[in-house]
Amino acid sequence: MKILVCMSVVPDTTTKVTFTDNNTKFNTAGVQYIINPYDELSLTRALELTEAQGGSVTVIHVGLADSEASIRKALAIGAQEAVRINAEPTDATLVAYEIASWAASQGFDMILTGRESIDYNSGLVGGLIAEQLGLPFVNIVTKIDVAGTEATAVRDIDGGKEIVKIALPMVASAQKELTEPRIPNMRGIMAARSKPLQVVEPTGAAARGNHASFELPPAKGAVKLISPENAGELIQILHQEAKII
Amino acid sequence: MNVLIFAESAEGKFKKAIYEAISYGKEVANKLGGEAIALCASSEMPSDADLASLGKYGANKVLTSKINEDRPAAMAEALVAAANANNAKVIVVSNNYNGKSIAPSVAVKLGASIATGVVSVPNTDNGFSVKRGVFSGKAFADVNLSADIKVLAITPNTFSINESGSDAPVEAMSADISGNAYRVAASSVDKVQGKIPLTEAELVVSGGRGMKGPENWGLIEDLANTLGAATACSKPVSDMDWRPHEEHVGQTGITIKPNLYIAVGISGAIQHLAGVSSSKVIVAINKDPEAPFFKVADYGIVGDAFEVLPRLIDAAKQLKSAQ
Repeated sequence: MKILVCMSVVPDTTTKVTFTDNNTKFNTAGVQYIINPYDELSLTRALELTEAQGGSVTVIHVGLADSEASIRKALAIGAQEAVRINAEPTDATLVAYEIASWAASQGFDMILTGRESIDYNSGLVGGLIAEQLGLPFVNIVTKIDVAGTEATAVRDIDGGKEIVKIALPMVASAQKELTEPRIPNMRGIMAARSKPLQVVEPTGAAARGNHASFELPPAKGAVKLISPENAGELIQILHQEAKII
Repeated sequence: MNVLIFAESAEGKFKKAIYEAISYGKEVANKLGGEAIALCASSEMPSDADLASLGKYGANKVLTSKINEDRPAAMAEALVAAANANNAKVIVVSNNYNGKSIAPSVAVKLGASIATGVVSVPNTDNGFSVKRGVFSGKAFADVNLSADIKVLAITPNTFSINESGSDAPVEAMSADISGNAYRVAASSVDKVQGKIPLTEAELVVSGGRGMKGPENWGLIEDLANTLGAATACSKPVSDMDWRPHEEHVGQTGITIKPNLYIAVGISGAIQHLAGVSSSKVIVAINKDPEAPFFKVADYGIVGDAFEVLPRLIDAAKQLKSAQ
C-alpha cells in the first residue's frame, strides 16, 4: 500500500500571534515552527497501516527551503521519502492543486491530510485534492483501517459519528483521536539524514485567495468579579444585564 | 449575480444556522443586485411549508433536489447543478462539518475561489473580500477572492437572522447525481441523542483540570442541562480521557463562538483561549485569581468550583422555573 501524507508547517501552538508591515504579514520573529499537529496524526496512522500491511509512506509539503527541518523530522518519525514542492503556500487552492498535479501519476492508494492547518484553518486541502483527482473523500476521520482494497473509517459529523466504507484509492483528513503522534528516536533521526528528499518545481497553479491584511481580536475590558458566596448573582446578571440566558 | 445558499436539513428539519445563512445570502444578493436562491438537497425533504418559509428569511426561491443518500458529494453535485442553472456567483454554506465537506468539491467543479470560517459580509468596493478567522481564533484576516465565482463557508452564530419577507415559491430541480457521489457508503450513523452539538451551541459550559476528575462532571452537566447549554472541556481533560475529544475546544480542538462560554477550572492557556475568545460573553470560574482566563473574561468568580457550581445550578433552576 502506497500512502501519501500531506504536511503543513505551522507556528507552535504557544505562539503569540502578531503582524508586521502594516498588518499585512505574519510576524515570524522568534516563532518556532512545528509539523501541523493533525498532519502528524496522519503520518503516524500511515506508518501504522504500512507497518501492519506492507507498503511505503511518502510525505509531501508545499513550501520553501526553510521548512526542510520539519520535513526531516517527518522522515525521522518514519516516512520513507519526502517531496517538497518549491512554492510559497499562499492559499489552500494552490497547495492542493500542486499536490494533486504531482500525485496524479504516482499511484497512491491513500492520500491523508490533516483536518485543517492550525495557522490558516481553511480545512480545504484534502477535499480539493480529492476533487482534482476524482477520488472519494472522507473528511474528519477519527479511525481508519484497510482490508484488501477497502477502507473503513469513522468520521465526525455534526452531532455524531458515522462509519463509512470506501474503495481505495481515496483521500481522508485526520481528526484528533486518529492515533497518538510518535516522537522520533535517535535511530530515526540518523536514518532521516540519508532518506530521499526530492525538490520539485511547481506547475504554477494560481492562488485564488489572498490573505491581504490581518487584525487581532478587539481587546476585552476588565473582568467584573462576583464573590463566590453570592455566585448565584451571576445567573441574574447573565439574564438581566447580558440578556443571554 | 445571484447567490445560492445551501439549506442543509437533517431528519427533515432545518437548523438555526440555515436561517442565518439565508439571511446572510440575502444581504449579499442585495449587494450584488441579484436574487437569493436556496437549495435543499436531501434524502428526507422538510415539509413544503418549512421549505416555503425560507422566503421569510430572504430566499426569493427555494429549490429542492432529492438525493438517494445524504452524502456530501451528492449535495455538492446538486449545488453545482443549481449554481450553473441559476447563474449563481456566490455560493453560501454553513461552516460546519458537512458544509466544509461539500465546499471544496463545489469550488473545484466551478473553478471558484473559496473561503471558510467567514465572519463578515463581502466587501465589494474594490474586488471581493471577506473577513475570516485565522490562527485558530487568535486573529482575523481579510481575504481577497479573485475567481469569478466564490464559495463562502460562514461561521455559525455570527450573523443575525432577519425575518421580514413572506413565503417563497418551491421548485423541484432535477439534478443528475453521478454514481461517484455515493462512493463513500455509510454503514452506520451514531447521532448523540438529546445533546446539543458543541459547534451549534449558543451556550457552553466547559470544564478543565480544576474539576479534578471525570466523576465530578455531573456538576458541569447539571449546570449545562439547566441552562440548555452544551458541554465542553480543555485539552488536558480530553487527553486524559475524562471527556470525549469532540468536547475539546482550543487551537488543536474546535473553535467555537457561542453567546456564553462558562469556563470552570480552566486556567486559560493561550491555545485554549484561541478557541473560545470570540465568544460573546465569557465567564471564568477559578480558584486562582492569577489565572489568565480572568484577563479575557467578562465576568469572573474567584472561588472553589465545588462550592460555586451548586450555587449557580440552584440559581439557574430558580430562574428557569420562574420563566
